[in-house]
Amino acid sequence: MATTQLLDALLVKNYIAGDENALVILINRHQSKIYGFIYSKINNRDLAEDIFQDTFMKVIKTLKSNCYNEEGKFLPWVMRISHNLIMDHYRKNQKMPMLRETDEFSIFSVLQETSPNVEKRIISELIEQDLQKIIKELPDDQREVLVMRIYQDYSFNEIAEITGVSINTALGRMRYALLNLRKVIEKNQIILTD
Amino acid sequence: MAKLYSKNALATSKLLPKKETISFLLKYSKALNIVKMGGINFEFIAN
Repeated sequence: MATTQLLDALLVKNYIAGDENALVILINRHQSKIYGFIYSKINNRDLAEDIFQDTFMKVIKTLKSNCYNEEGKFLPWVMRISHNLIMDHYRKNQKMPMLRETDEFSIFSVLQETSPNVEKRIISELIEQDLQKIIKELPDDQREVLVMRIYQDYSFNEIAEITGVSINTALGRMRYALLNLRKVIEKNQIILTD
Repeated sequence: MAKLYSKNALATSKLLPKKETISFLLKYSKALNIVKMGGINFEFIAN
């Protein structure tokens, strides 16, 4: 055991010095233990493969940047790295649990697309166009108040001030504008809902 | 003498990563070069 540890330490030293073959020996020597350890915790070949790869990428980076300082304890060090990566994997999965489609559970029951689809967008565009046409038919004073209130978001006080009428007149024009709109919609049987 | 059929079945094969994974790691190691400049490690990957 001590010989192996000594050899590991020597191989690590050689690898840091630039001997790529030392890494081949280290991986060949410990791949089974490390991969077996990861697989025992993960129970998934592909995932274990990924974590094994990430583990050694970390090992390579640490050794190449001269940050390794645990001489003689190479295997426990690598095992600790893989253990931390396994923990990271489980932590990540807890935050984003995997949902599988079954007979009782449909993934689409929890996934909702909130943005309007093409059909809904076209319908609202058509409604908007129809509404614009009807508004154009209104008498000028009523149309003016309605556009300022609905599209330009002015308050009735501001509308009264800008148009030079009392607030009651502005409110009255708005009321008649809405009544007239309703009349036209009913008369022409226009549907303004999606 | 009766043959023992259970021996092979009970023998557990060693779990090993794919050869491609090992090959990738060795290539990655050869390609990676880390240079320390002013306390910061710069990683270079050769093509």
